[in-house]
Amino acid sequence: MATTAEPATARPATARSATVERRRPRRRPARSLTLTVSTGIVLVYSLFPLVWLVISATKSQEGLFTSFGLWFASDFALWDNIAQTVTYRDGIFLRWFANTLGYVLVGAGGATLLATLGGYGLAKFDFVGKRAVFAVVIGAIAVPGTALAVPTFLMFSRLGITDTPWSVIVPSLVTPFGLYLMWTFAAEAIPDELLEAARVDGAGEFRTFFQLCLPLLAPGIVTVLLFSMVATWNNYFLPLIMLRNPDWYPLTLGLQTWNKQASTAGGEAVFHLVVTGSLLTILPLLAAFLLLQRYWQSGLAAGSVKQ
Amino acid sequence: MRRTLTKIVTAATVAALALTGCASSDDPADTPNGPVSAADIQAALDAGGEIAVWAWEPTITEVVAGFQRKYPKVKVKLVNAGSGNDQYTALQNAIAAGSGVPDVAQVEYYALPQFALAKSVTDLRAYGAGGLGGTFTPGPWASVNTGGGVYGLPMDSGPMALFYNKEVFDKHDIEVPATWADFVAAARKLRQADPKAYLINDAGDAGFATSMIWQAGGRPFQVDGTSVKVDFTDAGTTQFANLWQQLITEKLVAPVAPWSDEWFQGLSNGTIASLVIGAWMPANLTSGASAAAGKWRVAPLPQWQAGGTASAENGGSSLAIPEKADNKALAYGFINYANAGDGVAIRLKGGAFPATTAELNSPEFLATEFSYFGGQKANEVFAESAKNVVSGWSYLPFQVYANSVFNDTVGQAYVSSTSLQDGLNAWREAAAKYGTEQGFTLR
Amino acid sequence: MTVPQVTARGAAAARRRRRGLAGWQFVGPFMAVFALVFLAPIGYSIYLSLYRQRLIGGTSFVGLENYQRALTDPQFWSALGRVSLFLAVQVPIMLFLALLVALAVDSGRLHGMRFFRVGVFLPYAVPAVVATLMWGFLYGTQFGLVGSLNDALGLTLPSPLTPELILLSIGNIVTWEFVGYNMVIFYSALRVVPTSLYEAAAIDGAGQFRIIRAIKLPAIRGALVVATIFSVIGSFQLFNEPAILKDLAPNAITTYFTPNLYAYSLSFSGQQFNYAATVAVLMGLITMAIAYLVQLRGMRREP
Repeated sequence: MATTAEPATARPATARSATVERRRPRRRPARSLTLTVSTGIVLVYSLFPLVWLVISATKSQEGLFTSFGLWFASDFALWDNIAQTVTYRDGIFLRWFANTLGYVLVGAGGATLLATLGGYGLAKFDFVGKRAVFAVVIGAIAVPGTALAVPTFLMFSRLGITDTPWSVIVPSLVTPFGLYLMWTFAAEAIPDELLEAARVDGAGEFRTFFQLCLPLLAPGIVTVLLFSMVATWNNYFLPLIMLRNPDWYPLTLGLQTWNKQASTAGGEAVFHLVVTGSLLTILPLLAAFLLLQRYWQSGLAAGSVKQ
Repeated sequence: MRRTLTKIVTAATVAALALTGCASSDDPADTPNGPVSAADIQAALDAGGEIAVWAWEPTITEVVAGFQRKYPKVKVKLVNAGSGNDQYTALQNAIAAGSGVPDVAQVEYYALPQFALAKSVTDLRAYGAGGLGGTFTPGPWASVNTGGGVYGLPMDSGPMALFYNKEVFDKHDIEVPATWADFVAAARKLRQADPKAYLINDAGDAGFATSMIWQAGGRPFQVDGTSVKVDFTDAGTTQFANLWQQLITEKLVAPVAPWSDEWFQGLSNGTIASLVIGAWMPANLTSGASAAAGKWRVAPLPQWQAGGTASAENGGSSLAIPEKADNKALAYGFINYANAGDGVAIRLKGGAFPATTAELNSPEFLATEFSYFGGQKANEVFAESAKNVVSGWSYLPFQVYANSVFNDTVGQAYVSSTSLQDGLNAWREAAAKYGTEQGFTLR
Repeated sequence: MTVPQVTARGAAAARRRRRGLAGWQFVGPFMAVFALVFLAPIGYSIYLSLYRQRLIGGTSFVGLENYQRALTDPQFWSALGRVSLFLAVQVPIMLFLALLVALAVDSGRLHGMRFFRVGVFLPYAVPAVVATLMWGFLYGTQFGLVGSLNDALGLTLPSPLTPELILLSIGNIVTWEFVGYNMVIFYSALRVVPTSLYEAAAIDGAGQFRIIRAIKLPAIRGALVVATIFSVIGSFQLFNEPAILKDLAPNAITTYFTPNLYAYSLSFSGQQFNYAATVAVLMGLITMAIAYLVQLRGMRREP
């Protein structure tokens, strides 16, 4: 049971000591082959398109069109494909990669900061309009974003920020899900007594927040950061509307232009680069999730119990 | 005037400047914004400045380079703002917002009337484009002459031809079809010989269908200012609908969407054995279906009447100048260079198909051997097709919208029991409804 | 409060005001950006929905005419019906699958449990563009995987891209993308169920299924409701997958396939910004109403 208990015990003891105490290691139940196999079906379902992607990334364009999809072609072109992907059109792929990193860093980073501040404020303060805040946030995310694209575009255009990185970054600064998660997380992770004590000591609210509360919020922050990273990394529609200049494209939009490139007169078909580029695009995110698993899993745990 | 025209044709291939000189000096009348003389344009080119060009056509990169070498003081900011509809969306958004509008934009022929009607693009007669008639082949030139003005300069053209996989044809002893009836017979024969192979794919494509109707002599869209007629019951349209219905009913068309990877697969491995498409296709085949190099050939379009030569345009783009462009004189200097000047030769070298008569008739161009087509001089076929484009065709001033709902209506004939003719009628309904909403008078 | 009573109500009120101000200082930055990127465009959409702009004739104020039109627009209702069907079928299946995997992983009875937890979650990190591209290939009946299967096994599987099956095929992509995400949410909620409850149940001789029904499910009701609400919103906003798949199945996916796609086509292919805004506002209202109902039904207690 040591492995399964990990997410619960990995979080700072002070943050959620109550939960940790509640969860004592159980006796390890007998492993079941039947259950493993039947759950395995879902696992295979989840992984098999990714397997296709990996296999396809090893094929040249010719191989892609002439060989069976779920097995390797005679030529193994993965390295060649990677080299081509990063050098095609003067290495625009790397530029897109850097853009995406920038959007993630500023966008997801900013989103996490705003959500953390906001979630903490909602969880730990009573103020006029607090109830309205959540209602408005939930209500607003119900309006389809794609349909708001044109009004947003026209507004941003008046602000003069279309076709600049800001037009992608500013909208991704808001993550309603992150706000909700931080709200529930902060409510549980930070004992009211701690704040009271700090106030009695005469500490300012922001000092209290940054020095005392921030460390307690760490698992929640990592969780929100990861999920807004995914949202920003995978953002497609917004950049499609806002950006004209391929120099500012994120990876998703860049890949789709490569994918569509074949369909214009004289356009060069580069499906093998689309496939390899797709693989390169998802690798960093997969790595981030794998490396940071213990944090985001405990962060989510806290977010999901409170309701 | 005759002398001028001759001069233009000659000049076009030699020097863009001489050309604009002749054209505009002769035709200063009936220009809406007051004429901009060739000297003005030349002065703008010499003075320099910066222009933004939105285009997705790949050879334009080289054209920009050549242009900047020739006019070192002009800086061209070339942006690929997406292809087709994506770019129009971007353009329309920029125009609506009134900022970030490019100086030059690539606009496909079918979309040009829409921009022209809204006066989103400039009538180029003021810059001397009115006199360029002889420079361009009839199809593209008619396409940019819309709404009583010249709203773009033709960049490329797509006279149609039949591309076919000779290896597959030979293997199953199929003759290159000369008429559409032959085509249907060939489709049947191939399907019987090899149940995995199709003569052609079609999943419902507005550009293809309208081009086919065009060749058959149909005139479904008639436009007179803001008065519009949509009618799919004329003889040409009906002829196309009946024939194509046979192919669909007998499941002789591969239900593969064009430009998908599955499509390129089919073209590569011989399971899609022919294409009816514009002359710009060779470059796409070479890169997208490289595995089939040497196997494909080009033939004239099958005919509706045996012994006929009728052809139509499929695709193709113009370069236009948005009304809100900052530097129109410079912009015109550029599109003139690109589409009627030195740029044409550059684009040709890059594999593009020209819209200019001089290039189309040049022996060098016609003699080009395509290794992809087994050394065939394919341009001869294309050039012949360009000459035989049926005249009198026009698109709707809201064709972009109409094409976007093609698959909602006509497309249903490919996937349900709806007939092609019913689908076309539904398309008319949808187009008419939209037209009325937008303030057009529907006849 | 530990403040002595003598300082009276005035001081306490002042303190609360100060704290209220501090509250807004924390929430303010989020709300400011939120107002800019959500509220302002929504407000602008409402404004736009009251006008009509035409290619010929310019812009005019039409009041609620656009709303009237939407309410009698068969394409709008067909789109709404389609996503409702999608919601009714795909969301339960996806959440059920996610719940099963979460319970299986939580039971500790799996071999290689960690691998399961991560493996099932991975698709979430794949951009919708890439996911749709991959599945689009697998769906091909001529040369794609379905075609290969038909050839290899002598089957005649129907094309997943026909109008009859397309909704299912999209449902499959969405399920693939989000099973793992929901699984992780459920699993995380299960992790914090107090062990003492299980022990008590075990002493009572309760079987696994009873434990699931009596302890585990009630314990994660909050997570279930949250996941449902987000899935409702997601279903009603269905856009990326059909929009990208439309290239492959142009006839099966109409321009009014989902309300969101409809609004998109209206404004981007048809330049009908006003009517598109109307559809957006209506969809927002309907989504809100349904999300609210889910919350009412799922949450008898106050949060």
